[in-house]
This record gives sequence, structure tokens and C-alpha cells, in this order.
Amino acid sequence: MTRSTNDAHLPGLRQPAPANDGLDAPFWEGTRAHELRVQRCKKCGRHQWGPEWMCHACNSLELEWVAVNPTGQIYSWQRPHHPVHNALSDRGPYIIVLVELPQADNVRMVGNLLGDPLQEVEIGAPVSVVFEDREGDPDFTLVQWEVT
Amino acid sequence: MNDDYNLKGKVAVVGVGETTYYKHGQSPDPEFVLVLKAIIAACEDAGISPKEIDGFCSYSNDRNDPPRLANALGIPELRYSNMQWTSGGGGAAAAVQNASGAIMAGSANVVVAYRGLAQGQFGRFGRSGGSRPVSGPAAYTLPYGMMSAAQMYAMRTTRFMHEHGVGREAMRAIAMTCYHHAQNNPRAVMNGKTLDAETYDSSRWITEPYRLFDCCLENDGAAAMIITRTDRAKDLAKPLALVLGAQQSGGHRSGATAENVTDYVTSSFKPAVKHLYEQADITATDIDVVQSYENFTGGVVMSLIEHGLCTYENADEILTFDNLRADGGKLPLNTSGGNLAECYMHGLGLQIEAVRQVRGESCNQVPDVKVALANAGPMVAVASTALYGTEETA
Repeated sequence: MTRSTNDAHLPGLRQPAPANDGLDAPFWEGTRAHELRVQRCKKCGRHQWGPEWMCHACNSLELEWVAVNPTGQIYSWQRPHHPVHNALSDRGPYIIVLVELPQADNVRMVGNLLGDPLQEVEIGAPVSVVFEDREGDPDFTLVQWEVT
Repeated sequence: MNDDYNLKGKVAVVGVGETTYYKHGQSPDPEFVLVLKAIIAACEDAGISPKEIDGFCSYSNDRNDPPRLANALGIPELRYSNMQWTSGGGGAAAAVQNASGAIMAGSANVVVAYRGLAQGQFGRFGRSGGSRPVSGPAAYTLPYGMMSAAQMYAMRTTRFMHEHGVGREAMRAIAMTCYHHAQNNPRAVMNGKTLDAETYDSSRWITEPYRLFDCCLENDGAAAMIITRTDRAKDLAKPLALVLGAQQSGGHRSGATAENVTDYVTSSFKPAVKHLYEQADITATDIDVVQSYENFTGGVVMSLIEHGLCTYENADEILTFDNLRADGGKLPLNTSGGNLAECYMHGLGLQIEAVRQVRGESCNQVPDVKVALANAGPMVAVASTALYGTEETA
């Protein structure tokens, strides 16, 4: 269902690093292991993304990280044309998608939609994760999406 | 609403002022000097001495802090200073709200709400740089090329257009209206530059669904408003511009990261409008002129719907150029040219324009204004919205 790639979709942008309070380290460790992890409340079972120190549903501090099925559907999208960073100057348009994960209480994740940058994007289209393995300091893995 | 706990009519904006508005990076003055000049201009407009100021309110991440301002101005007593947190300019009306609250509470007598920006000195919003690793919420968007304000708010508009099937016609009309109004405004950066439908339609994409003219300007300058008790205001020279209501607005998890706000398709005004209209004891039909913050035109469409000025069904029919223009329109909008064509002073210019409409001093004056709305910040984590009115509305 999922695949991985070593091709950098948007090379030259700042690489992600775990937050210095440790909150999201399990997420970035997960992407390296090609797992899509989100938080889940041990008390009420609610999934949560982005990560927080508390469950927003029941206010429990007992949160765990669980791997979820790395598929979803396109909730919204945009196609940037204007380069806002030097690394994007000669890149041309690209697509950012907001993907909803129905199997995880409809949390949403931001990523790029791979494939033709000028493709028609359909809200509701099923997508699956492409783990983008990148060299860096340290190496890191981004979560990208492609239409299933 | 219990009158003891309602600011309606008890405070007034008695002075408004701004510096010359410059294209971004063009100010000959440092940002701090711009703020001082705007405060002096607002005091002159009010006919009061800057030494009477005893409170300061700002928003966003204004760099010009009250102790430094009070020091420069030689203010004898600094009794109140306040900063409202949100993204972008969503706090413009909140600064007026906080100033009003301070006066109501007896914490200060004369409060200035202000904002200054000098992008040559401090850098642009619409440009991102750097190569260091990024962590926290920005790590969930920036590596995917989502970092500018337009990119942060584009997908809400995409989803809005998808769910409601409206928006594009209204977005064009809003942009054209702002440029139209700027032509009568000598302060406007886009004075002398008109915008027709063809130019809008052929303008380049910044990020779909936003074209160039859907996006606010970036500018250098400063603006200020002087707020005091209504009984004091009555002794001053200018016609009364009362604060009828002012509210901040953040819904359930409005600050959630990675686009996880519960109600995604919103300008963020849904929670506040009911409180605003209750506070002022009006309905949407009582509003004579509207200043609606344009970071991006798509947010304005949502803002006007959520303020009850049109509906999801009729937005494209109501929000037309003919309806939105001050000269003859039924719903005059952004009569100074707003953030798109007057100046992007993080929305404080829109609050000032609402005051000028109530006073009868606008360069695009709507006849017989009694109530003016000015909101700030659509789609941000906490937006704010205010109503101003003439003496008879209190």
C-alpha cells in the first residue's frame, strides 16, 4: 500500500527536527521506520494530531503513540506558484494537500501530492503515504502522498 | 446584557492617525519613529497632548514596546500596557477592545492602540528563508513548501469553495472594490492604480486559489488610535465615534496545529458575532458600512457571511462590485481601499476607517453612517471584531 522514495520533492527547504521538549520525537522516529504515528489517548481513545501534551477530548495526560493505516483522503489542497523561499525559485508549481485520516478520528496532515504538479486535484480522492527518505543532519523522512 | 458589564457607548475613539504609507522596505524612518509619528498624529487629531496617554495596547508581535514608547514620549505615568496574541493582524479590533476594557476598569484614562511595521528594517512576511532545521508545528508544514501567510490560509478557501460552491466571483469583486476606493484616498499606496476584471482574471497565481490581487499588500508605516471615556470625548473637537462593541473570536481548537482546527471552513468569527451584536444591541441590518480585514479575499467572503451580511447561498449575488462600492452600493466595503489597496498596517487602518465613516470624514464617505463594523484577521487562531457608532446609537 505504501512505498518509499529517495527522490526529494522539494529539496533545499529547512529540514524538520524533533521539538526540544520531546513532544513529537516519536512521530519523527516513526517516519524513519516508515510508520505513520499519531497520538492516541490511553483513557478515551481519541486520536490527536498535531501532538499536544494533553488529550483535548478528556484532558488526560496519558497519551501514547500508535501507528495508523497510512492512507487517507484529500480534504483540501493548494498549488503554490510564487516561490517564497530561495530553494523554490526554479521549482515551478507544486501541490500541497491536506489529508484527512478517517481511521484516526479524521485528524488532518499536510504534505505534498506527488505526480504531475499540474494534475487536477479532487477533494475526497483516496491517497496513500509515500515515505520520502532524505539525507540530512541527521537523516530524516517526510510524509508525502499520492493518489491511490 | 447587564449595562454594568457592557462597554457599549462608554468609551470613544477620539483621535486617529497614521504616517505616510510606504511600499514595503521604502520607509525612510525606522519602525519605532514611525510609531511615534503615528501616535503624535492621532493626538493632534484628538486635540490632546501625548503626555495625557497613560495606556498602550497592541497586537501581533509589535516590536515597539510601551515602556520605550512612554520613555520617548515623556509620559509621566505609564499605568497600563497590553499585548494581544494571535497570528497576523487578527488583534486589530482586540487592541481597541483591550484599550476600552482598561478605561472601563479605571486602569487608564487615555489609551493608544497602535501598530508599526518597517519591513526594510525587519523583513517581509511573504518571504521565508534560512536553512537551519525547523521544529514544532512549523516542521509539519514548512518542509512541504507551506510557510507563507497565503499558503497558510489558501486551503481554507479551497475547502470553502468546494463545500459551498461560491467565492470566486465575490473574491474578484472585493479586490476591485478595494482598488476602486483607493483612487479617492490620497493615503493609499495603490492610489492611481486601478484594477478591472480582466486584470484580476489574468493576474498570476500566488497559490491556487489565490491570485496576486487576492493577497494583501506588504507595507511600511504606522497607525494609532486614541481611546478615552465618552464623557471626556464630548469635550473634544471631533464628532463622537463610540465603541459599541468589541470581541475576540476563537472557536474550538482554533489554534490546533497542522490545519486541525475543528471547524475548518470558517473565518474564525462564528463565536464572536453573536456576542458582538448582543453587546451593541444591533443586528446585521443596522450596519451601514463594513471594513473587513483582507489578508486574502477568500477570508473576506467567509467573514461577511459569518457576520450575517450575506449567506453561503447568495454570497456571489450580494458581494458584487456594484453592491460593495461606497458610491451607491448597498453594502459598502473597505472604503479606504483596505489592506489590498490602502496599506497593510496589519488591519489597524480598517479600524481607523470605520471611525472616519462614523465621523463623516472618509474619502469615500457613505451617506448618513450611524454604525460601522471593522473586523480583523479572518482564518487566524483568534480574530477580533468591533462596532463603532455615532452618539445617537448609544
